[in-house]
Amino acid sequence: MTFLWAFVIGGLLCVMAQLILDLFPVTPAHVLVLFVVLGALFGGVGLYGKLVNFAGAGATVPLPGFGYTLVSGIGEAVKIKGVLGLLTGGLTAAAGGIKAAVLFGLAAALIFKPKT
Amino acid sequence: MGKEGARQLTQEMQDYQTMANQMRPKKPLLKNAVTAFFVGGIICEVGQGVQWFFMQHGMTAKEATSPTTVVMIGVGALLTGLGWYDRVVKRGGMGGSLPITGFSNAMVAPAMEYRPEGLILGVGAKLFTVAGPVLTYGLAAAFVVGLVRYLITGVA
Amino acid sequence: MGVHRRSAASYTFDHVGIRSAAAVVGPKEGHGPLASYFDRIWTSELNNHVSSEVAERALLTEAQSLALDKVGENWAHVDWVVGGDLLDQLIATDFAAREHQRPLIGMFAACAVFAESLGLGALAIEGGGPKMVLAGACSHHLSAERQFRYPIELGYQRTPTAGWTSTAAGACLLSYLDAMNSGDVAIEAATFGRVVDWGSKNPNDMSTAMAPAAFDTIKQHLDDLGRDITYYDQVYTGDLGVLGVKLVDALAQKEKEGFNWSERLNDCGRSLYDIDKQDVHNGGSGPGCSASVFSGFLYRQLQTQQFQRILLVSTGALFSPTSYQQGESIPCIAHAVAIVRHN
Repeated sequence: MTFLWAFVIGGLLCVMAQLILDLFPVTPAHVLVLFVVLGALFGGVGLYGKLVNFAGAGATVPLPGFGYTLVSGIGEAVKIKGVLGLLTGGLTAAAGGIKAAVLFGLAAALIFKPKT
Repeated sequence: MGKEGARQLTQEMQDYQTMANQMRPKKPLLKNAVTAFFVGGIICEVGQGVQWFFMQHGMTAKEATSPTTVVMIGVGALLTGLGWYDRVVKRGGMGGSLPITGFSNAMVAPAMEYRPEGLILGVGAKLFTVAGPVLTYGLAAAFVVGLVRYLITGVA
Repeated sequence: MGVHRRSAASYTFDHVGIRSAAAVVGPKEGHGPLASYFDRIWTSELNNHVSSEVAERALLTEAQSLALDKVGENWAHVDWVVGGDLLDQLIATDFAAREHQRPLIGMFAACAVFAESLGLGALAIEGGGPKMVLAGACSHHLSAERQFRYPIELGYQRTPTAGWTSTAAGACLLSYLDAMNSGDVAIEAATFGRVVDWGSKNPNDMSTAMAPAAFDTIKQHLDDLGRDITYYDQVYTGDLGVLGVKLVDALAQKEKEGFNWSERLNDCGRSLYDIDKQDVHNGGSGPGCSASVFSGFLYRQLQTQQFQRILLVSTGALFSPTSYQQGESIPCIAHAVAIVRHN
């Protein structure tokens, strides 16, 4: 079932983002920032976690999932390290993704040339 | 008091803007939404497949999330390098931009683009031009949310 | 003899001929409806140059050289080179000038720079200054994208009102003619526009921002010279595109009962591409757009008497990424030159 809901929830999140982009005078960057912040907010109140359990990659692959990852990382770090976890938890949880993107970006810059 | 240098629009100018708003071709809302749904859905479905693969190898769904993200970022980077991902977004709009593959595209594209400006000030500095705001506000929002939760519950 | 001043904005001339014109375009423009009129069509956007900025410069140099070659002239006889492009610090026009070593009048008027160059060149020649002026303008899709929008490989959706910055350059060789002979194509008048800003803020809709500027300059031109729009076979705006032409027409109808410009109005950006098939949305834009459409297509239409008199109104949006990020509206300008064929 998760496969079905991953498709539906992932698709619907994208539709919401698309509608905001098309109906309001904002750039894609504004929409992406909005969604990552929303992911952190809903993650903080425990709702996004439920969506993740329900829709799997449909909730973790879209960008709000990134905000959720940051917040839940903070939650776990605070349990172990106390207040310091507020500062270290977010990036620790997201480290894999960010580092992968940086390395792939560097590699692509060396290997590929922009097409037209 | 408006912003310094902000222009007062005359009635004629306001009427003109109203007229232009009516004559301007509309964005194809429904078509954009439908393609965003399918493009975004398919990308998430691929992500679910990757996650399933890791889970088949003994990970829990939670453990599989991080490697899945890395694989999806790799896929996004590869498609960007091959010059295909911009076409995905051109059709799919937010369906291509919102998934983590789009985030990857947003980092890889400027890195490739600014190669002629050098490895340090070109690639190194421009890598985060598009993804930077997302990281900045994602981290800030997560900190604030975590702090509030910590103050209320004592455990974030 | 000499320049006739018709107003602060408008001047007429008797001795400024366009001896030759040349246009070089990129592959997409080369697949458009005007392909057969261009002198050279590149098979790729970069044409083996190392960067899009270098490619843009090469595009301009090729158009300038071709304009000279066509009438057997060489650089040494060119008194002034006049023109501009879209890039910061005019690095296409200025760096091209590093090679040709002729006196350079580099100008920025965004996409309006081609008509401005023709007008200023004509004014200088008729005024007894330079004898021969090479006027030109260029733009490159990729260099404009990376300066104004996003990296090439970054995906984003274009809005229906977005223009497509053309990869194109056009150059015209202007020179003093003692007397006009049959078949000579001449710049007969120029009207320099003022900056018009009616409050548009959307960087994805240049048409709405620029149409009032185009209307203002056309009206000024017709008033100053006591002409009706029907004096011209066609009035070609620079890069207003599909929407912009409709807006200018609507502004004309609002201005005066009986003003019907729709029959005469046309647009270089709309003509450069097949709007339905080439996925360019509102049409072409960029300084090279009006430069190449005039130097390739319109100049030949005048030579072959398809047209007798045209008014070229290049349009430019004078904003920068900084100004619109700071929330400023988009100031625009249009310059007009009347070009005639003598019988």
